[in-house]
Amino acid sequence: GGGGAAGQSGNAGPPAPERVLFPPTFSVSEIKNKQRRHFMFLRWKQQQRKEKLAAKKKRRKEREALGDKAPPKAVPKTIENQRVYDETTVDPNDEEVAFDEATDEFAPYFNRQTVPKILITTSDRPRGRTVRFCEQLATVIPNSHVYYRRGLALKRIIPQCIARDFTDLIVINEDRKIPNGLVLSHLPDGPTAHFRMSSVRLRKEIKRKGKEPTEHVPEVILNNFTTRLGHSIGRMFASLFPHDPQFIGRQVATFHNQRDYIFFRFHRYIFKSEKKVGIQELGPRFTLKLRSLQKGTFDSKFGEYEWIHKRREMDTSRRKFHL
Amino acid sequence: SPQIVWSMLGNRQFCSYKMTTKTQNFCRNEYNLTGLCNRSSCPLANSQYATIREEKGRCYLYMKTIERAAFPRRLWERVLLNKNYEKALEQIDENLIYWPRFIRHKCKQRFTKITQYLIRIRKLTLKRQRKLVPLRRKIERREKRREEKALIAAQLDNAIEKELLERLKQDTYGDIYNFPIHAFDKALQQQGAESESESDAEKEEEDDEDVDKREFVEAEDSDLSDFEDMDKLETSSEEEQEEEEEVEKKASHSKSKGKTPLKGPARRKRPYIEIEYEEETEPTTKTKAA
Repeated sequence: GGGGAAGQSGNAGPPAPERVLFPPTFSVSEIKNKQRRHFMFLRWKQQQRKEKLAAKKKRRKEREALGDKAPPKAVPKTIENQRVYDETTVDPNDEEVAFDEATDEFAPYFNRQTVPKILITTSDRPRGRTVRFCEQLATVIPNSHVYYRRGLALKRIIPQCIARDFTDLIVINEDRKIPNGLVLSHLPDGPTAHFRMSSVRLRKEIKRKGKEPTEHVPEVILNNFTTRLGHSIGRMFASLFPHDPQFIGRQVATFHNQRDYIFFRFHRYIFKSEKKVGIQELGPRFTLKLRSLQKGTFDSKFGEYEWIHKRREMDTSRRKFHL
Repeated sequence: SPQIVWSMLGNRQFCSYKMTTKTQNFCRNEYNLTGLCNRSSCPLANSQYATIREEKGRCYLYMKTIERAAFPRRLWERVLLNKNYEKALEQIDENLIYWPRFIRHKCKQRFTKITQYLIRIRKLTLKRQRKLVPLRRKIERREKRREEKALIAAQLDNAIEKELLERLKQDTYGDIYNFPIHAFDKALQQQGAESESESDAEKEEEDDEDVDKREFVEAEDSDLSDFEDMDKLETSSEEEQEEEEEVEKKASHSKSKGKTPLKGPARRKRPYIEIEYEEETEPTTKTKAA
């Protein structure tokens, strides 16, 4: 055993034998010589691979031998499978949730009493990229207006917006010439959500894009908003768009939540047949990550926060997501 | 004496406070009045000198006289100036009385400039301050990587396509999209439902209504009976009716557009009653034969 190991560790060059037996007490990391250690490691790796292959073959043979009685194939573990169960997951039949939704700030929108009117603005002194992004966003969201912020304080803009019947305010924060943050505020005293925005692609940077988005009201798809928090954020997004989409336009805006990242895409679709649909991406795309949700309108100092992302407490587990 | 100092430092030898640029020489000495390196502005080369300096928002007048040239510790005399601008100017005048015009003038200029920038600082602090949040490199990298993985896991195109097809099935689009098979299947299902309701309705009628009406119903053609039933089905949604009508229209057009060639017996959309008619031509042939 020990002698064999010593003999093997002595060989640096010769090709690996067919069956290399590593005695159980032997560890590749104990060899001090780097070259030899590397060599032994490679051999060990090869052996592992062979064993794995053999095990696979054996399993496959067993499976075939059993035929119908074979146990079902094991489902591979994904992060979505292994996700820590969140207590606040919304059950579709939950009455409490339904009641909450009927009485929260978006109820007038969902009852079709208000038509969304959106104001898009930026932080001070926006650079070209941000300005173009704002314009494109304005084409995507119907009934939206872009106004430049010439050093105005948000707290003073908000009463003016309310007076002029705006329902939502979007502020795109810019840093080093790229947009990197989004504040979405529902105006008549509604919640304010602060997102971190990343990978913003303007229309010209999207490959294989279609023509410009038209004036039709797009449909909205909200995917994967499972928890209570996610639900409220989803409703916030839905309230940006008018309630009755014009299907002639064949445009769809998607907010897809995956592992706490919200991906926004804007497509034009066409049904080629009953089971096949083609989509073509127009419009800008970006991803958002929620940083905080505030109960009232934008107020950084005295606002009441419903949810803040606290890195130390919330990022401890890789399988835990909040949206 | 100051002339010697100047001839050494100012012109020929090295002065550590002197900064030269292409066009000008600057003096980095804190007690310098103008900031330039001149014979009249050099605090080292003038035995009688004065400056204005501000500390924590308050302005002081510093003075240096020949008498104290031997005592470096007591060299600079400091006077706190009034917060009021005019009163401070008077103070300067009163302290620097009988001093050279140049120093007096430059002191007042410097004081004015300092007060102006102090006012500006106070105004700016009232406005919104930009908060600089430091980026944490490890976290930024982690977030970026996780975003990429999430994007791959999301399979956005597939998800969107699935959702759109779901919506098509749920009939949210209504009548815009007409796919023959889809509508056909739907119509079949509806016909199945309708035929059940028809048979129920007929049974009810036979029990409740008169004999004459029953004869009416039996004698009429299958098409017309269907129309009657369609009227009875007004309570059901209009969509079903419209779809039925459309199905009827589309069925006639579907031969050109449809995907699968719809065969004869499969084309029967409604419960088809085979009625055999006896033809009247037979007796004529018989008479002919006879």
